[in-house]
Order: sequence, then C-alpha cells, then structure tokens
Amino acid sequence: MSTVAGQGRITPVTGAVLDFKPKRSGLIPRSLTAIAIGIIILILAVIMGNIILEGYGIISWEFLSHPPEQGMEAGGIFPAIFGTVALVILMVIAVVPVGVFTAVYLHEYTRPDSWSTRLIRVAVNNLAGVPSIVFGLFGLGFFIAFVGGGLDSLFYPDEGPVWGQPAIIWAALTLALLTLPVVIVSTEEALRAIPTELKQASYALGGTRLQTIRRIVIPQAAPGILTGSILAVSRGAGEVAPIMFTGAAYYLPYLPSKLNDQFMELGYHIYVMATQSPDIEATKPILYGTVLVLLMLTFALNSVAVIIRSRMRKRRGVY
Amino acid sequence: MAFISKVKKNKMKKNAPAASKEPVSIPAKMTVQKLDFFYGDKQALFDINLDIPKNRVTALIGPSGCGKSTFLRTLNRMNETIPGTRMVGTVELDGMDIYKQFNDPSSVRTRVGMVFQKSNPFPKSIFDNVSYGLKVNGIRDKKLIAEVVEQSLIQAALWDEVKDKLGNSAFMLSGGQQQRLCIARALAVRPEVILMDEPASALDPISTAKIEDLIGELKKKYTIVIVTHNMQQAARVSDFTSFFYEGVLVESGRTKTIFTRPNKKKTEDYITGRFG
Repeated sequence: MSTVAGQGRITPVTGAVLDFKPKRSGLIPRSLTAIAIGIIILILAVIMGNIILEGYGIISWEFLSHPPEQGMEAGGIFPAIFGTVALVILMVIAVVPVGVFTAVYLHEYTRPDSWSTRLIRVAVNNLAGVPSIVFGLFGLGFFIAFVGGGLDSLFYPDEGPVWGQPAIIWAALTLALLTLPVVIVSTEEALRAIPTELKQASYALGGTRLQTIRRIVIPQAAPGILTGSILAVSRGAGEVAPIMFTGAAYYLPYLPSKLNDQFMELGYHIYVMATQSPDIEATKPILYGTVLVLLMLTFALNSVAVIIRSRMRKRRGVY
Repeated sequence: MAFISKVKKNKMKKNAPAASKEPVSIPAKMTVQKLDFFYGDKQALFDINLDIPKNRVTALIGPSGCGKSTFLRTLNRMNETIPGTRMVGTVELDGMDIYKQFNDPSSVRTRVGMVFQKSNPFPKSIFDNVSYGLKVNGIRDKKLIAEVVEQSLIQAALWDEVKDKLGNSAFMLSGGQQQRLCIARALAVRPEVILMDEPASALDPISTAKIEDLIGELKKKYTIVIVTHNMQQAARVSDFTSFFYEGVLVESGRTKTIFTRPNKKKTEDYITGRFG
C-alpha cells in the first residue's frame, strides 16, 4: 500500500483512495468561492431587507386599490398596477406567437448549419444584447412616428395625432421586441428536447410536417413555451427605458381603455417618484411600497413559471 | 369511403386459410431498381435491385452499417426526413413509383407503415396512440375510430392486456407491450406493407417470441420487411432473406436456401458467424 502526499493511502489493486485528506492548496479556491457566494447573498439580503422593511408598512388594500393623490405624496398605485398588467398582456399577445413561430421555423424547417439559420440566430442573439433604451428610441421612431404617423396620415388626415402618439400598444410592441429573444431561446430549447423518434413515428403514420408540429411538437414543447412566456413577462414588467418614450405617462386621471391610450406603469412610476418628486421625504414610503409591489409581482410570476413547468413535466412523465 | 370498405373486407377475411403449399413464384408487392443512396458525399447503397414478395416476410440481414436500415427507409420515403441525403433509382409499390407517382411522402407512408427499433409511443393514452394515424389521415368518425383501434389492438395481440385501460398512458406499459402498441398503431392505418427495423432487439426473449408469433400472423394480410441482427430470428420468421454488405445487396433468395446453400462465400461467412 502506497501513500501519496495529500491524497491518502491507495490500495494497490483497485487504486481506490482510502483516507482522503484535502491538500492545503485546495483551501484557497475553496475560500475564494465561498467568499464570492457570501458577497452575493449579503447584497441580496441587504437589498431585499431594506425594501421589505421600509416598504411593507405602507402596503394595504387602500394602497393597492387607489390612485395617487396630492402629486404622488399620498394615495395608492392602482393605475400603475393596472397599466403594468394591461401592458404585459398586450406584450404577451404580440411576442408569444412571433417567438414560437420563429423557433419552430428555425428548428423544424431549416437545416441547423445553413447560412440563413445562422444569420437568424445571430440576429436573435444581438437583439438580446441591445440596450433597452435603444429599444425605447426605436419604438418612438418606428412604431410612433413611422407606423402610427403613417396610419394617421392615411386614415385621420384632418385630426390631431390618433395613433402617432405614445400609446400602450406601441409600448407593448416595443417590449415585445425586447423580450422576443427570451421566448425564442426557451422555445427552441424545448423543441430540442423532443425525441426525434416521436416525430419519426408521426411521419411514419402518414402525418405531414404541419400535423406533426401541431399534434406532437407543440404539445410536447408547451411547458418550455409557457416558461419562456412567463420569463418574458417578468422581464418586460420591470423594464422602464423602452416604455418611457412610447406610452408610459407621469400621471393619468383615468385608466387606459383603448389601444392608443397612455398608461401608468410600476417601473416608470418608481422612476418618476424617485426623480421628479418635489418632496422626497413625503414620497419615500410610497416609493418603497411601489418597489416592493413590483418585486413581488415579478417574483410571483417567476414562481408561477417554475411551478407550471414542474407540474407539466410531472404530467408528461405519467402521460 | 375506401377506408371503411377496407376495414369490412379485413373483417370478413379474418379466418381465411393460409396457403398450405408455397407457389413457385410470388407476385412482387414492391420492386426496387437501380437504387443508389447518399449521405452527403458518402454513398451508402450501391445499385440495389430487389423484389419484395407479396404477403411474405422478407428479412434484411448484414453487419452494422451495411445499409439495411437505410434501404428499409427508402421503401416508405422515411429517408427524406434526414437532411442532406440523396437517392437515385426507382422504388415501386404495386407498379407505382413511390417517389414520382405519389403526391407526397405521407400518402406513401399510409400504405407502407413502419415499426421502429426502439418502441416510441407518443406521450398520450393507449387509445390516442393507436388512433393517431387515423386522425392525421382525416378520419373523424368516432365509432369507426373506436372499432379500428380495437381491431388493431387485437391484431397486435395486445387487446386482452389493455382493453380495460385504454385511457391510461402508453408509458405505463412494459417494453414488449409498448412495441406491440407501436405495431397496433402502424396497423390502424391499414397499410399494405409493414417495415420493421429490428423490432425486437431491445426486448427480452418472451416479448421477442410474442413479436415473432405476431409477424407470422400478420403476413397473412400484410407484406412485411424486417431488418434484424439476429440470424436465428431471420431464419425463424422470414420466407425470403437478403444479405447486405457494405452497401451492396450480396445475395437474396428464399430463407431456406440462403441459410442452407448460399451461393456467395460472403453470405456463408456471415451466417456461419465468421464475421459481423
């Protein structure tokens, strides 16, 4: 039986290490990684602790169900919650079909190494890397000035701007562009996980490609598609830059009811209260409360995504 | 509807006696001529000419990578699902070129069904697995579907084991049952030819015996082509055997002849286990 320094005794036949002792040199990477994790947890704890401690006192039914009052120094945040929900619903309606169809096209209709597929993939990845403020400016230039302005000059030449102005539909479309890569990537991942044998079986029974996609591929990919959509929602719900030029309003006395109405939104409301308020001390508790609501909303959405995904996986195991 | 009459005809013929004496020549169900096949630049099959006799079992044997599975896939255009492949030559089903005279691959595949090496049930119920082929072929009549599902499961010798749990997941069946489910699923479309790609290679001996018995039953109504690695299996279940080696069809003939008096040295070496 031989002994190797720092590795313990080794049996001659199997080479198994009998009594392993970590070498001293293992201590440095180990402690470095532990410190790194500690820093992350500490930062998270400080942020969350600060927000929860300062914010939770103001949260009440009144706060959640009433509009702001007295220049946002009192009252609630209901219009902002309503606007956020309406915004992400419109965004999902726009982004999920486009994202899913793109992923299905990339995965089912093109050859993975072909020139065009690679080009589309590079475009998607670059889309994910574009700073969100650029999306905001693009939305202003493309959706509001070009599309909206175009609609106005075609259909409403004698009126003031109807579509060519900031509106919830333009903000939702801008956000849809921003979150498109999330949906595409997670859908593609789900498609990749579908066994080829299932598709082959469908083809062998006389199923066409479209039938195979509709009856086998999409149902199998549904949990992944759903996860991607919810991740897109939680990403979109927290973005401010893309909507500040395209539809979010500082304050509105009414709730948005048409696609070309402006709207209030939680993230933008936070930005407004933090930067535009005349009396910082008076708005501070409301500000904290709003941040907490936004965090809870995105956290809840993420949890829903995780729960649905694991439920669907379980059901797929049985079925 | 042609489909309904076919179902009824099958029912009536159920107890038709099998031919007791083997005729000298059997009409060909499928005819393959001058078939070359390529994966990209690599040629996988070279000038294959073969008749698939009607209502008989034809076994394709040969070492791994000899092209027998590739050949099998050219018989129902499944090769077209693999990108980057190319085929030259003709494959005829009842005298019709399946690559030129059929509108699309799916119309070929409803007549030439397939069972895969690894059982691949859909993540659906037993009933939905068997009815899938009917639904994608546009059959909506619920009564007819239920009838065909039952018949197909009976034909695949699975009905007695699953008749009380048709709504259960197909994944709850054993490996051998899953493979018979896949056979039932293929039968439900009422194909004329069934291609089997090593259907029993992943199964235990008892399940294998069941599948082999089933093949013997099915050949009364269907033309069967089976790829197998198992020499005894080829000898047991097939009437005709074709030996492939390195993409070439070396020898082909009645199974009895191939296994007792092969013409080619290569065939003899392979079936006696000298290589492969």
